Amino acid sequence: MPSLQMRAGESASLVLRGATVLDPVAGIEGRHDLVVRDGEIAELAAPGEASGDGIEEIDAGPLHAFPAFFDPHVHLRTPGQEHKEDIETGARSAAAGGYCGVLAMANTEPPVSTPADVEALLADASSAAAVRVGFLATVTRAMEGEELTEMASLRDVGAAGFSDDGLPIRSARILRRALQYQRLCGGTIALHEEDPELSGAGVMHEGPVSAALGLEGIPSVSESTMIARDAALAGYEGGRIHVQHLSAAESVEAVRAAKAAGVQISCEASPHHLCLTDEEVRSLDPQRFKMNPPLRSEGDRLALIAGLQDGTIECIATDHAPHAAEEKEVPFEQAAMGVTGLETAFAALHTDLVLPGAIELGLLIERLAGGAEPFGVDRPSLAPGSEANIALCDLSARWTVGEDGYESRSSNSWCAGKELTGRVLMTLAAGQVAYRLRSFSMGVAP
Amino acid sequence: MRHLLSIEQLSKAEIEAILDRAESFAEVGRRDIKKVPTLRGRTVVTLFYEASTRTSSSFELAAKRLSADLVSVKAAGSSVDKGESLKDTVATLSAYDPAAIVLRHPYAGAAQLVAGWADAAVVNAGDGKHEHPSQALLDVYTLRRRLGSLEGKRIWIVGDVLHSRVARSNLIAFKAMGAELTVCGPPALIPRGLEQLGCEVEHSLERLGEADVVYALRLQHERMNESFVPSIREYAAHFQIDSRRLGPRQLLMHPGPVNRGVELSGEVIDSPQSLIAEQVASGLVVRMAILYELLAVGGEAPAPVAGNGHATPIGQPA
Repeated sequence: MPSLQMRAGESASLVLRGATVLDPVAGIEGRHDLVVRDGEIAELAAPGEASGDGIEEIDAGPLHAFPAFFDPHVHLRTPGQEHKEDIETGARSAAAGGYCGVLAMANTEPPVSTPADVEALLADASSAAAVRVGFLATVTRAMEGEELTEMASLRDVGAAGFSDDGLPIRSARILRRALQYQRLCGGTIALHEEDPELSGAGVMHEGPVSAALGLEGIPSVSESTMIARDAALAGYEGGRIHVQHLSAAESVEAVRAAKAAGVQISCEASPHHLCLTDEEVRSLDPQRFKMNPPLRSEGDRLALIAGLQDGTIECIATDHAPHAAEEKEVPFEQAAMGVTGLETAFAALHTDLVLPGAIELGLLIERLAGGAEPFGVDRPSLAPGSEANIALCDLSARWTVGEDGYESRSSNSWCAGKELTGRVLMTLAAGQVAYRLRSFSMGVAP
Repeated sequence: MRHLLSIEQLSKAEIEAILDRAESFAEVGRRDIKKVPTLRGRTVVTLFYEASTRTSSSFELAAKRLSADLVSVKAAGSSVDKGESLKDTVATLSAYDPAAIVLRHPYAGAAQLVAGWADAAVVNAGDGKHEHPSQALLDVYTLRRRLGSLEGKRIWIVGDVLHSRVARSNLIAFKAMGAELTVCGPPALIPRGLEQLGCEVEHSLERLGEADVVYALRLQHERMNESFVPSIREYAAHFQIDSRRLGPRQLLMHPGPVNRGVELSGEVIDSPQSLIAEQVASGLVVRMAILYELLAVGGEAPAPVAGNGHATPIGQPA
C-alpha cells in the first residue's frame, strides 16, 4: 500500500462562513457554511446557519472552497540535490498552491531504489512536510535501465509506485518484466515517454520555431511512439501504467486508443503544456520555457485541453522541477530542463483556461485532484465526514508571480512575472492548516 | 541600435544605414594610413568560445582601424577552461569597462544573455546555430556592391541549412532586402517547418538555373556519421555546385571555410563569378561600420544618408 507521510500537528476546527463550495465529484455546488471540526468536515450548513461555538470563523462570502489538490508528479530533489529543494520547502510550496498531497519522483542523487531509501524519506516527511508526501521508487536499479529494483520489498515499506521519470525505460524487455512483477506487488508504473533515438540532443519542440531559432528539435513522435509501445506491453501483460506529462496531440490520441482497447492506462498533463506553446521559446529564456517534454504547438495544446475535457487525461500534474539559478542562467541549450509549478498551477489554469472559457471551473477542480486515484490514494472530498482537505481560494485576487518570492527554494517558475487572477488563501491538508497566505487576515474568534 | 544580437532586430533602413557607413570605411581602407580616431580611448573585447579565423580577425582589425583598445579572449587557454561560467567571465571582463563585447559562442541566445548582464554594447558574432548577423550584413553588402539592389533577385541557399547560423541570418537579411529565397539541400539537413520563414524548399538542384545568386554552405564531415547524408560522394553528386551546374550569369557565394570538392568544385571557387574573396574583404568594413554604429552613433537613430547613398565622411586619419 502507498504510504504518505506528513508532520503531525494540531487538527483544525473552523467555519468557512458562506463559502461557495464546489466539489463536482461529490456533487456539491453552492453556498454553504463549511464547518471543520477536529480535522474533519463536520457539516455543510446553509449560509449563516452553522453554529460556530467558539471555533475560528472565516468570512468566506467572496471565496471558493474546493477539495484540495493532489499532485502525482513533483521533484523534491531529496536526497542529494537539496540546493534545489527539500521535503520541507517542496511540501510548503505544495501547500501554498492548494495541494494536500504530492508524490515525489525517484530521480534523485542517488536515485530512490532501495527499501531503506524509501523508509528514510518517509521518516523525513513525517517530521518536515506540511502536506502528505509519498515517494515513488525507481523501476530499474539506480535508473540504469538494466535490472529491476526489489519492487515487492519497496511496496512493503510504502513506495507509492514506480517510475524512472527523467528517463524513459529504453528496453521493452525490462518494462515487460516490471509489468509481470507488478502482478505480485501492485504499484502503478509511471512512465516518462520519450524515444532517446528520436529526441537526440533536442532542447525544444521540433517545428517552425526550432527551425527559426536553430535549436535541435524533439519531435512529437518521440513521445507518442513510446506510448504506443508501452500501452501495447501493458495490454499484453495486464499491467497498470500511468503516462506522465503528455505534451503532444499524437500522444493524446495514443492514450485514447489504448483506453478504447481496454488497457489499464491513466495519464497526466502539466499546467505549462496546457497554457503555453513553443512560441514562448523565441525569447530563448530557459528559466521559464525549457523543460522536457518541451512546450509544443498550439494544436498540441488544444489537443491536451480536449483530452482533459473528454477524460482521456484524468489529472493535471505540475512536474514541479526546481533548479538553482546558476543551472538556468546559461544559454538555452546548456540550461537544465524543468520549471517549478506547485504554487501557480491553480491560478495559472484559472487565468489561462477557465476565465477565457476554454474549460469549466468544475472540470479544473476535478482534474487538479485527479492524480490521487491512479496511485491508489483516496481522492480529497468535501463530503461531510471526510478528512478536511480544502483549498480556499479568492477567484478575483490578482497577483504577480514571484514579487513576494516563493515558498520553493528555487525560482524557475514558468509563471515568473506573470499577473494571475485567482489565488489560494489557505490550505487544509489531512485535517491540519497547512498554509495561510500572509496577507490573508482572518477574523479569529475570541 | 544598442546591441547587434540578431538580423531580425534590424529594419531594411537600419541595414542600409550600416551598409552605407561601410561604403565610407571602404574609402578609408584605400588610404595610406588606414586608421580613424573615432574610438580612441574606448575598449573593445572580443570573446570567442569557438574557433574562428575570418570573424575574429576582421572584428579585431576593425576595432584597431577605429583606434579602439582591443582585448582578445579565446576560451581555450582562459579561465573558461577552468570552469568559469559565461556570466562570471563577462562580469570579470566588464571590470575593464569595455564599450563593446563581441561574442562568439556555441549556443543560441548567448549574446542576448550577455547583453542582459553587461553595460557594454554586445555584438553577436555567432551564437550556436541561431544567428550570425555580421555575416549576413557583409553578404548583403557584397551583393549590393555587385548588383546595386537585391530587390526581386532570386537567391538559392544550398547545403546544410540545419546546422547553419549563416543560413538563418542570411535568409532573414536577404528577404528584408527584397530578394526571393529558395533553400535547397538533402531533406534531413533542412529543418522541419523552415518554409514558414518565407522561403521555398527544394531537394534538387534541377531548377538552380533560375537563381541569380547561389549561396553554398559548408558541409561538415561529421554529418556523415550521423546519417544526415550517406556519403560525401553521394552529397557531392546531388548538391555540389560545379561548373556544369553554375551558369555564366550566376554569382556564387560561400561563408567559408570551403570544403573544396564537397559543396563546391575547385573551378567555381576560382571563377570570376565567385564573390568569396570579396566577402572576406567586405567583412572588415562592415564590422567597422557595426562597431561605429554601436559606439559612435550609440543607440540613436542612424544618421541621415546623403543623396549619393554614401554616408558623410568620418574624420581624418589618426
